[in-house]
Amino acid sequence: MTQEKIITAKNMTKKFGHFVANDNLTFDVYKGEIFGFLGANGAGKTTAIRILCGLSMPSAGEIKVAGFDIYKQNEKIKKNIGYMSQKFSLYEDLTVYENLNFYASIYGMQKNEIKKKADELLEKLEFSYAKNKLIKDIPLGWKQKLAFSTAVFHNPKIVFLDEPTGGVDPVTRRQFWDLIYQTAEEGITVFVTTHYMDEAEYCDRVSIMDEGKIVALDTPLNLIEQYKVQNMDEVFVKIARK
Amino acid sequence: MSNSIEISSLTKVYDNTKALNDINLHIKKNELFGLIGPDGAGKTTLIRIIATLLLPDSGTITVENLDVVKDYKSLRKIYGYMPGRFSLYQDLTVIENLNFFATVFGTTVDENYDLIKDIYSQIEPFKNRRAGQLSGGMKQKLALSCALIHKPKVLLLDEPTTGVDAVSRKEFWEMLKNLQKNDITIFVSTPYMDEASLCDRIALIQKGKILSVETPENITKQFGKQLLQINSDNKYKVLKDLRNYEFTNSVNSFGQFLHYTDKRSVPEVQSIKNYLNEKGNSNINIKEIMPNIEDCFMDLMIEDKN
Amino acid sequence: MKRFISFVTKEFHHIFRDKRTLIILFGIPFAQVLLFGFVITNELKNVKIAVWDKSNDEVTKQITDKITSSGFFTLEEIIYKKEDLERVFKAGKIREVIIFEENFAQKLKKEKIANIQLIADASDANSANMIINYTSGIIMNYTSSINREINLPMQIHVNERMLYNEELRDVYMFVPGIMAMILMLVSAMMTSISVAREKETGTMEVILVSPLNPIQILLGKVTPYIVLSFLNAVTIIALGYFVFGMPIMGNLSLLMAETMLFIILALSLGILISTAAPSQQVAMFISMFALMLPTILLSGFIFPIENMPLILQYISALMPPKYFIIILKNIMLKGTGLAYIWKETAILTFMTIVFIALSAKKFKVRL
Repeated sequence: MTQEKIITAKNMTKKFGHFVANDNLTFDVYKGEIFGFLGANGAGKTTAIRILCGLSMPSAGEIKVAGFDIYKQNEKIKKNIGYMSQKFSLYEDLTVYENLNFYASIYGMQKNEIKKKADELLEKLEFSYAKNKLIKDIPLGWKQKLAFSTAVFHNPKIVFLDEPTGGVDPVTRRQFWDLIYQTAEEGITVFVTTHYMDEAEYCDRVSIMDEGKIVALDTPLNLIEQYKVQNMDEVFVKIARK
Repeated sequence: MSNSIEISSLTKVYDNTKALNDINLHIKKNELFGLIGPDGAGKTTLIRIIATLLLPDSGTITVENLDVVKDYKSLRKIYGYMPGRFSLYQDLTVIENLNFFATVFGTTVDENYDLIKDIYSQIEPFKNRRAGQLSGGMKQKLALSCALIHKPKVLLLDEPTTGVDAVSRKEFWEMLKNLQKNDITIFVSTPYMDEASLCDRIALIQKGKILSVETPENITKQFGKQLLQINSDNKYKVLKDLRNYEFTNSVNSFGQFLHYTDKRSVPEVQSIKNYLNEKGNSNINIKEIMPNIEDCFMDLMIEDKN
Repeated sequence: MKRFISFVTKEFHHIFRDKRTLIILFGIPFAQVLLFGFVITNELKNVKIAVWDKSNDEVTKQITDKITSSGFFTLEEIIYKKEDLERVFKAGKIREVIIFEENFAQKLKKEKIANIQLIADASDANSANMIINYTSGIIMNYTSSINREINLPMQIHVNERMLYNEELRDVYMFVPGIMAMILMLVSAMMTSISVAREKETGTMEVILVSPLNPIQILLGKVTPYIVLSFLNAVTIIALGYFVFGMPIMGNLSLLMAETMLFIILALSLGILISTAAPSQQVAMFISMFALMLPTILLSGFIFPIENMPLILQYISALMPPKYFIIILKNIMLKGTGLAYIWKETAILTFMTIVFIALSAKKFKVRL
């Protein structure tokens, strides 16, 4: 983790009619950081992620992602980010390799490069034997790991993970977090939402949203101390029930 | 107290794989019973068989002394059922949904209002809103109200808290606890291990097999080893170092801490500390703790594999 | 009963809260009838005709002139023998041949009656009818104009013949066809989709684990569509009657009863489809390909059944709309009663019973 800012948001606001989904959000995310983005359902997380990914325009605010301006350099932003949601998986009727190849080619990677990198990746995951298996035939835990690997395959500067570990068994969940740590060590910033509060503690810093505002932003340890509780779960409940 | 749900040697096969493999469970009347396991473990299949929606391949299930295959019609009168997905009519309003399910079961909202009062009163201000426009937590409360409107004897809930934020989840479990006062057997499945402690008894399920059935306290008591909690300045480095440590039996992240078990019958805290210090870790804290359900689940998973 | 009413109310809520459903239910029938109506009754212009003038006298020349100067017809060819007749029609350009009998003017003077034969290519039945009507109209005008000058009225007898498709004699072919198509669409497709939607959203699961039995569920699903389809049928008949002057010669209550029979048939078919379709998309697909296209192509609505290859004729015998169209045409255009259409009615009734029995058997009380 460095002090280089990869996302800067100043007074980011998004209104839908009279409803303010994001109310003056100001925060920075640093390069190589694992940034947890928490909040109850409907707190405004999805709206914020959509803006940062360039899928939706904010109503106001100055926002830079990966060094690019969200208003003017939308396409460049998309090239430099990866995205994975719980729903977005891979194409069930394509093989593992075909999926990797497809996504990599979208981002303009060369054929040789894709082939080499895909082999390396599958080797690292100890999943080479499944290279030509259809996605629908591999277990859920593997699908999620692969979906993540696909999202970072083109070496983005930031990867956005929207509830990546829902429903996965505890062992696979930890393997998944291992991947996240490795990715962060390689300098890729990880921006993650989750409903598992123990996972919140795996993050370098977390922000907690409530009714469109960021109500807390710090390292998990500092938040636990500040709220005089035992863990992030209790922090979260204290904030949301206030 | 007699049993409400009796499951014996239940097996269900899909495409040559056993989705459920020789399940035996006895759920007491008025019990809050949790079925805990990851996606794909067989939770939904089991609940659907109990709910008379699927037929077992072998084995028998009786609920309130009625057979799920033969007496499905009678059983459907005493069940309250909430499937995994949000299964109400999104284009009907809150009150229309509730009224519909009340009439389907031959009752009225007023008749059983007492039972749902605590839950329904929280969404009543929105009763003319379409169900599709409710937030996740509110949808869930509505679904529960609809499942309870006919005062069922047995409540079957398939992953009611999946995808719901931590606060709404807590509220939901408080509601279930309150419901127990009304003589309802509650069978609930969940992938969240931390919800286990709120159940009277739990069954841990993985790949169609029940790993253990116990009260939450007993399951953690059965954890055979001493569990150490370790933290330091750089958790991820400690994790990697411990994976290469010769005496490591298991090491897992738990929030800001690591949970560690040793291959030796009694772990030597000092030697672990020394090892980690040698590797360049600082500020190492190690203390013995009680395992939680997730520790036990992972332990049982690995045991089951071997 | 309360359960049933509650179920039906719920269905009506679904229907009236979904714009797409509403459009399919009410917009499309309206648009279809008007569209077909206006496309078909479009004015004739420059229809190519041929004349076979066996008499070749003053009167025949005058009549030919009248016809060609009307603006509707252009004289493309003059033919002299029977073989030519076949040839010009086969070539397809010529839509009508006008044949004057021998010694036309003489006969008209002496016997006060002469014959003209009009032969039209009726592979496009509706325009063929119009062509014949227009031509006879012009001839009729001519007759009355010459009759004004003399005392004894003369008659030109117009003898019409449809080539290729002799049975089709009505411009109003399309109203029965559209009615069959729309009732099929609304009843079968909409019910199958609405059942499939409940499967898709998971509400079917909850309904199944309730004391409702299959018959209650299905009746509850079907009832709103009976009402709406019936409204639709009435709208279509009214549009045909008021906008396009489609006659209703026969008994209106018989017409309505037969319509109801067809609606119930289509609904039971829809339910049958929904028992097999796991999702709305599949339901839509099956309804489209298994119901809509055959209704349009094989029921005699657009293409005459008599001209089909034998195998397709057999298949068309399995198409319920075929019988419904026959029934409609009989009641509306010929004014016949049940005595003439009991066979078709019996076939439809039988099919309905089979579909209901099959759906009841196939409807699963489990997932």
